[in-house]
Amino acid sequence: MAEQTIPQTPNLRAVAIGVSSGGVRALKILLGALPEDFPLPVLVVQHISPEAGNGMARLLDNYCAIRVKEADEQDEVRPATVYLAPPNYHLLVEREGRLALSADPPVSFARPSVDVLFESAAEVFGAGLVGIVLTGANFDGAAGVRAIKAHGGLVIVQDPADAETPQMPAAALAAVKADHVLALAAMPALLRRLAAATAPRAEAADA
Amino acid sequence: MTPVEVEDVEIRLLLEGVQQVYGYDFRDYAAASIKRRLTQWLAESGFDTFSQAQSRLLRDPELFFSLLQGITVNVTEMFRDPSFFKALREQVVPFLKTYPFVKIWHAGCASGEEAYSMAILLNEEGMAGRYRMYATDIDEAVLQKAAAGVMPMAEMQKYTRNYQKAGGKASFADYYTARYDRAILSADLKQSIVFAPHNLAADAEFGEMNMVLCRNVMIYFKPALKERCLDLFDNSLLSGGFLCLGLKETLEKRKMSARYDELVAGTRIYRKRYG
Ligand SMILES: C[S@@+](CC[C@H](N)C(=O)[O-])C[C@H]1O[C@@H](n2cnc3c(N)ncnc32)[C@H](O)[C@@H]1O
Repeated sequence: MAEQTIPQTPNLRAVAIGVSSGGVRALKILLGALPEDFPLPVLVVQHISPEAGNGMARLLDNYCAIRVKEADEQDEVRPATVYLAPPNYHLLVEREGRLALSADPPVSFARPSVDVLFESAAEVFGAGLVGIVLTGANFDGAAGVRAIKAHGGLVIVQDPADAETPQMPAAALAAVKADHVLALAAMPALLRRLAAATAPRAEAADA
Repeated sequence: MTPVEVEDVEIRLLLEGVQQVYGYDFRDYAAASIKRRLTQWLAESGFDTFSQAQSRLLRDPELFFSLLQGITVNVTEMFRDPSFFKALREQVVPFLKTYPFVKIWHAGCASGEEAYSMAILLNEEGMAGRYRMYATDIDEAVLQKAAAGVMPMAEMQKYTRNYQKAGGKASFADYYTARYDRAILSADLKQSIVFAPHNLAADAEFGEMNMVLCRNVMIYFKPALKERCLDLFDNSLLSGGFLCLGLKETLEKRKMSARYDELVAGTRIYRKRYG
């Protein structure tokens, strides 16, 4: 049934997530519900203090079935792995599907910035990218979802009414017509459905 | 070809032209970041496409200079990553003190904040007059700024915090004089620093260094250029010398890693083995 509701999904290649204040809770709910063998790579920018260290990646890795790691430069983007942008660096994707970091100035007042990740991932994955904007108190990600749409990708936004802090999802919704607007709790199922529809060998199992 | 692919071709051609006409080689810079910077420059320049900009760029050195400024983003801060400077102070300086005189190379020093931080640290540890620092960058405009040693007053609060977290022993305010919105660094910090142009993509090594710092520069390079830089540093360093990288850069999987040991895991301070 679920497969029919999303008939012409192009082959998805990656998921990119942007989140700010309220991020830990939101990421636990979303990433915590993804299976260990989720067939896509997941790239995450969470706004975080520059001195935070890599504790967040470890915390989420312990909590989630899917593997979570802090992104290292030159990491090859692989399925079934969540890559978290390190504090104080932007996370970008290279053409060959490798990750890159940059110490360029903050964008939209943030480093890492959701816009930087979304814009570079949109260029590389094109229509194969799913961008997700979650809770946050600023407008980082709005330019990013515009780039994702311009390259034919899919945009999912947390319903601002459902978000701990509504500004960031609201700014994304003001920037583009999102493909899906829904509560956080409903997102894992949607992601699993999208991923199942796209990966021929994965079982369309969650019905 | 998609529009993105066409633009990638335009950028490749542009960088090729820049290399041939001006001698600056950015062809081995990692594509994602340099494209971001170039796109920003293009938007500000008023040209519609890189092809359009190219014909003017190759004939107009002033326009090229603005492009160069756009490509070499010189962000830096004093005592960036305080934990790194704390490790320097506690783990590395005791070794440096055993030499009568040490030579240090800061490659990609930008506006000099890192070199000045190092000078403060070494002076506080009693090494004043016993070291020389060579602080280099590809960008001559930023080197002039570095040599002037003047910083925005607005940054001082943050730098003071960094300094304290890095184990600073004095009062940070002793190191500068406030003048309107600027902070002028005290002259004795400059005494042992030489600022000079050096291009990591083209120029040769510096000899006999006890320490090389190159932080947040090679993350912008493709693997081949990174390897070139690491060879330069390796050839510059004496045995027992120290190589310091940015917190997200490692020697793991590099050819030379067998000859280096990380001093304390995670600090990205590597020591070159003897023999
Ligand atoms: C992000 S800054 C790093 C500054 C400082 N090391 C730090 O970590 O705070 C990078 C610097 O590398 C310089 N750079 C870029 N390409 C270079 C090259 N080929 N040779 C030397 N310096 C280069 C830039 O001009 C810029 O000042």
